[in-house]
Amino acid sequence: MMRFEGSNDYVATPDLMLAVNASIRLQRPLLIKGEPGTGKTMLAEQVASALGLPLLQWHVKSTTKAQQGLYEYDAVSRLRDSQLGDDRVRNIGNYIVQGVLWQAFTAEQPTVVLIDEVDKADIEFPNDLLRELDRMEFHVYETRQTIVARHRPIVFITSNNEKELPDAFLRRCFFHYIRFPDRDTMQRIVDVHFPDIRETLLREALEVFFGLRDIPGLKKKPSTSELIDWLKLLMAEDIPEDALRSKDGKPVMPPLAGALLKNEQDLHLYERLLAMARQHR
Amino acid sequence: MLIDFFLHLKSRRLPVSTREFLTLLEGLRDHVCTPSIDEFYHYSRLCLIKDESLYDRFDLAFGEYFGHVTELPGLEVDLPEDWLRAMARRHLSPEERARLEKLGWDKLMDEFKKRLQEQKGRHQGGSKWVGTGGSSPFGNSGYHPEGIRVGGESAGNRTAVKVWEQREYRNLDDSVELGTRNIKVALRRLRRFAREGAAEELDLDGTIAATARNAGWLDLMMRPERHNAVKVLLFLDVGGSMDDHIRICEQLFSACRNEFKHLEHYYFHNCVYETVWRDSHRRHAERIAVTDLLHKYGPDYKLIIIGDATMSPYEILHPHGSIEHLNPEPGAAWLRRLLDAWPSAVWLNPEPERLWPYRKSIEIIHQIVGERMYPTTLSGLEQAMTRLSRKH
Repeated sequence: MMRFEGSNDYVATPDLMLAVNASIRLQRPLLIKGEPGTGKTMLAEQVASALGLPLLQWHVKSTTKAQQGLYEYDAVSRLRDSQLGDDRVRNIGNYIVQGVLWQAFTAEQPTVVLIDEVDKADIEFPNDLLRELDRMEFHVYETRQTIVARHRPIVFITSNNEKELPDAFLRRCFFHYIRFPDRDTMQRIVDVHFPDIRETLLREALEVFFGLRDIPGLKKKPSTSELIDWLKLLMAEDIPEDALRSKDGKPVMPPLAGALLKNEQDLHLYERLLAMARQHR
Repeated sequence: MLIDFFLHLKSRRLPVSTREFLTLLEGLRDHVCTPSIDEFYHYSRLCLIKDESLYDRFDLAFGEYFGHVTELPGLEVDLPEDWLRAMARRHLSPEERARLEKLGWDKLMDEFKKRLQEQKGRHQGGSKWVGTGGSSPFGNSGYHPEGIRVGGESAGNRTAVKVWEQREYRNLDDSVELGTRNIKVALRRLRRFAREGAAEELDLDGTIAATARNAGWLDLMMRPERHNAVKVLLFLDVGGSMDDHIRICEQLFSACRNEFKHLEHYYFHNCVYETVWRDSHRRHAERIAVTDLLHKYGPDYKLIIIGDATMSPYEILHPHGSIEHLNPEPGAAWLRRLLDAWPSAVWLNPEPERLWPYRKSIEIIHQIVGERMYPTTLSGLEQAMTRLSRKH
């Protein structure tokens, strides 16, 4: 029995592990939501590598159709080939292009399928995949064959909440919302990325980071990936930890703050708040 | 069994379905989670709740239902695990214990109850928890035969209680998304499909015609896909008496944003005058002249005004009537200008329709917009959208 226990590169909270293992066990797709930068897409990659299974990714765009995940009939090439007298034209199978789900269904071993950002597609997209994800089979109209999954793939679906997903689709999924990591989890995540970071620097940096996230009215709160980038910069520039806090204990603009706040208005807001805090003390 | 739990969730207006409930049972049968209430909490949420904005409501409902579980042994601070174990050891023989552990919670509790009654209620707390045990949701479920074992996972239980009592998802429960789906369906009446944008679809008729013209040599014609090309201009009344209707307006706005690709929105207060604004936080800094809008958006835009139209009639009819500034022209003049620029227009009013006749200002605006005022109910929305899709 396959079980996911987190990995060396990925910190999974117990409830996330329960969600992953339940969806593996009961063979239901797992729908993942959460703030940007909480590792939704990473999860599928990490589960695949931890279980030693191939990962098939399907990145959904606004023009993506459900059918493209199954197969596409390239009628245009066939028409062109017929004009040129190509022999391949006799077999329609030559013009069926396999999609991600087809590859997953016919693979020799179980696979991990990632359907990334499902909410980007048209509102009908999830509905069109209901049967395929439920029964793990589909019919190819052109060649009159039915593709049935040899092994039910482990399906991860991520969503950024841009559109609401239909109820019928949701009923067939497990749903997990990845919370923004609390301070302890964040510490573990940073430890995974920077095993040799100075503890004092990390403490000060986390202080600044969570302080920033608490500012009301930011357009884009800094996320985990921004923190990681920022720490990388701090370490590369060899910035001493006392640069993050001025000597008199008053707040200062942290060095390289542009890595955390990527929006000009947010930076201005932060500067104004700092100026106000300095005056009031 | 857990059916009561399921019905309890339903009664707390959580959209849980039978199918999801069956999945839950399936997972319990397959031992997806250990028989600790901590994992059961996470697992049942995973199965039943599909929207993080409902997490808070689920936490509350779960706490209500399993709240009394905290009074059961192993959970209560006054009744530590050691004490329980000692009780079990004292009152039950090893064989009985082994047998009972297989029986499940109810039987276990009944046995305990009997034993403790023989002890004539030595422990006030003891008889209490045994009493509540009979109604325990972990009852002798066929799918979940272990129930909570005596002395099992008590620490875990407490941490789970912490999770749902902290109500960490409280701020996500804005209930905004709840009604939006049927609103979206109503808005869908306002669809005008047109082919615009990148040519991605094979135009079969065009291809046949072009190929024939080409003397049989294939000439592929592509065309853009059909999209909902309707363009909507949304004017929202904010502040003052509209504060009572914030929720319905948020719902409407969120549904509109999803449904219409070309949506422009502007805010005003009470009545439209020379200027409107786009961002409530900077309403005084960034004002936009309505005359600019009149020139910017063509008459193919559909105008939707959302407002309660509840104000003093002076604010509509008289120059300098606005409560916020000295307006050289009355609001009515500006409203008429809007209606002239965008003939296809409706006014949505969140005030209940039965109150309309009692408010003078509503009557005036109703006349100005040419009887095209509709309430923000689903049927009102449908009527409004049908009206908008008519050719004036």
